[in-house]
Formats: sequence, C-alpha cells, structure tokens
Amino acid sequence: MSFRALYGWLSPWIYIPGMMVAPVFQILLFAYIGRAAHLESDRFYVIGNAIQYASIPCLFAMANTIAGERQQQTLGAILASPAPRLPLFLGRSLPVIANGVVVAAFALAVGSLILDVHIPVSAIAPLALVIVVASAACTGLGLVNAAIGLRVRETAVLSNIIFGFLLVFCGVNVPLDALPAGMSTIAQGLPLTHGIEAARKLADGHSLSSVGRLVLAEALVGALWAWAGYLLLRFFEVQSFRHATLERS
Amino acid sequence: MVFYGWLFQLKNLTLSGLFVFTSLIEPLIIATLAFYMFKAGGRPGTLFYAALGAGVLGIWSSTLFGSGGAIAWQRWQGTLELLVAAPPPLILIVVPLTIATSTIGIYSLTATLVWGRVLFHIPFHLVHPWLFALALPTAVIGLGLLGLLIASSFVLYRAANALSNMLEFPIALITGLMIPLALLPDWLHPLSWILAPTWGVRAIRRAALGGDAWFAIGMCLALGIAYVAIAAKLIGVVERKARQDATLSLT
Repeated sequence: MSFRALYGWLSPWIYIPGMMVAPVFQILLFAYIGRAAHLESDRFYVIGNAIQYASIPCLFAMANTIAGERQQQTLGAILASPAPRLPLFLGRSLPVIANGVVVAAFALAVGSLILDVHIPVSAIAPLALVIVVASAACTGLGLVNAAIGLRVRETAVLSNIIFGFLLVFCGVNVPLDALPAGMSTIAQGLPLTHGIEAARKLADGHSLSSVGRLVLAEALVGALWAWAGYLLLRFFEVQSFRHATLERS
Repeated sequence: MVFYGWLFQLKNLTLSGLFVFTSLIEPLIIATLAFYMFKAGGRPGTLFYAALGAGVLGIWSSTLFGSGGAIAWQRWQGTLELLVAAPPPLILIVVPLTIATSTIGIYSLTATLVWGRVLFHIPFHLVHPWLFALALPTAVIGLGLLGLLIASSFVLYRAANALSNMLEFPIALITGLMIPLALLPDWLHPLSWILAPTWGVRAIRRAALGGDAWFAIGMCLALGIAYVAIAAKLIGVVERKARQDATLSLT
C-alpha cells in the first residue's frame, strides 16, 4: 500500500520512458562504446547494464517509500506507532524487489533482441533467479539509501550518485580485472558485482551449480547491506526523535 | 529581457544540488567509464576524443534536464500561467531558460577535461585554440536551442522530466558524442545530421584535435535557427491548446 501511495513513477507516462526505454538505451550506448573501444562482446554489456539498471527502482523506490513519508508528513505518525520495525521497513522492500526484477528482465530481453545476443534457453530460469537475488541485494543497499534519506534532503541526488558508483565499480561495462585493484576490491562488497558475473557465466553456458558461490555471495552482500540499512534506520529514527529533526525536509 | 532571463536562470540552477549533480558528477561517471573502456580495449590514444565527447554529453545532459524542467518547474511553482499571460511571447521567456541550462554544461566539459588530465593524464593540447573558443559557445547555443524545441513540446506533457531523462542516451548515441558515427547503421545518419549535438561535438573535436571545424560550426548555428523557427510555431500551437483545454497548470 505504501509503495503504491509513495512511488510516483507507477504512472505509465513515467514508468515506460524511465524504466523500460531508458535501460535499453543505456545498454545500446555502452555496447556501442564497447565496439568502438574493441573491449567486450555485446552480450557483456547487455547483461551488465540490464541487471545494473535494477538499481534505479531499488535505490529510488526505497528512498521514496521512506523519505516520501516525511515529505507528506506521515513519517511521524508511522514511527510513533508500536508497529514492529523489521516488517515495517523490510515489508516495503518486497514490491521494490519485484519492480527491480521486472525492469532488469525487460531490459535483458529487449537488449538481447535488438543486439541479437543469444542466450541459451536452459539459462533463462537460472538467470531469472540471479536477477531476483541481485535485485534483492540492491534493495538492501536501497535500505541504506532510504535511511540516509531520513537525514539528507536531496535523496534523488544521493540515489543518482550511488547508481553511478555501481555503474563504475561493479564490472558493468569494464571487466573487474581491467579496473584498478582498489576498485575491484571495493566491488566485492557491493551488490550486483557477483550477480552480474554469475549471469554472464550462465549466459556462457555454465550451470547454476557452477555459479552457486557467486549467487550466494550476492545474497550475502545484499543481506549485509539490508542489515546495515535496518540498523541505520533505527539509529536515525532515534536521532530524529532526540533532535526533533524527523520532519525536517 | 533575454539576457536577464538567462542570468537569473543560471544563478537559479547553480543553487540546485540535483542540477549540479547532473552537470558535474554524471559526465564524470560516463567519462571515467569511457576512459577505462578505451584503455582496457587497447586504444588509449582516443582518450582525449572520449573526454571531449563526455564533456559535450554533460552539456547535453544539463540541457535536456533543464529543458524538461523548464516548463515543469514553472508549473510546480505556479508561475507558468503568469508567464503565459505576460505580454512578451512565451518563446522569449523559454529561450533564456534553455540556453542557461546548456551554459551550465560548460562546467561539465571543464570538469571532464580536468578529471581526465588529473586522474588519467590525458594531454590537453588544442590544435586550434581560437576555433575551440568559438566552437564551444556555438555548441552551447546549438544544444540550448534544441532544448528549446524539446521544452516547447513539453508544455502539454506533464511528466516532462521522465521523457527528458529517457532522451539523454538515445541522442548521445545517435549524435556520436561517445563513438564515431560510422559505427551506427546507415539509416540513422540522416537523423544524426538534423541534431545539433552531432555538429557541436564535431566542431569541438575538430578544433581540439585538428580538421575543418567551420562547416560543423555553421551547421550547428543553422540548425539552431531552424529550431527557433520550429519552436516558435510549436509553442504557439501547444500554448493555445493548453489554454483551450485548461490544462496549463495541471500537474
């Protein structure tokens, strides 16, 4: 209910250009830059960018569903209620994850069709699983983003910065071994890195069991971010009550 | 009026965190990716080429974002009806708004070139510095006037920002901001030719890297004039329709 109320992008006039058309053009832009740079195949960019674009709904929607309450001045009433916090915050993440899955799957399908990228039929179901795990992991980071949204006014700026950070660090368009060592190391602790790598291997014909460790790593990274986000939310909630900054916008 | 409108909007935009992000951080992200991609692909000689493209992409992002917002922000602030009802033609009010957004984009080009110089040691050597000084404002004006055309069509469209976000990468792709146009399918080339960023980036690149920039500068200006003519017609039509349907202030 809160998702429908607060996520203003559900209008088809916003959702279609922002969530369905834009990721396809991100794929095309980087696939063509990749061709100009003679770096990787189109498949590399289709998979990387399609899954990475799930971060737009995961980051923005999580921020909107928490910071949006503040803008509408309903946050105080929610936090004053005795509702248990874990289902309150994590419950909001479920439609966000579903939205991320839809966006990534659509971009992957359309990007593959346009660039004539072949993905084996046997890889489709495991790929779907990886997309779900990657979206869930990114929503964990989205929860941290939402928590910071309790203190930072420009949540859109913050979400955009995190989106750009993931685009550069997670091996979306540049192979991790071509990035400086420090960046590759940081990437190991970010959501999407392991998911994208697993998805690429699945599309190359590997089995789900052979990429199991990557999928588990993605899930673990996501769980850690979600836990950090939950703790941060509780921390900022207490701080907001203490300093009377809950409704500051 | 146009000058003060431009100056006011320029100051206004500089105070917006989101706008500064779009103008500075986003082009740096794209530039960083392009630098790593070209380096990893064994084509480090093209880094200056990529830096210039990423900088113009920044100008384009600012223009597009500002043009999408030019009408929407007035609508949200409740000033759109006043501007439409004011005696000057609406186009004279919108022109400085969109030119100001593309002017902010100069920050992007500067930031991208400094970023490339400091972090990636990309040499900054201009073959025709004076021509570069002419090509840059020409590109800014050309892109700003394309933004005017886009803003004119956004009067009726309430989710203008979503549409402007969507247009960022397609235009960057088909105008060859980051890649040579020869890589694109032939049927796309005529579309590239009628878009000012194609000529703007070509003028800047030829002034910086060598080659004849005059034709590209001329094309950029000619397209800008054409955009103003089309926008003047379009804005009249959509303004009348919005007033007839009483949808001007609907958000």
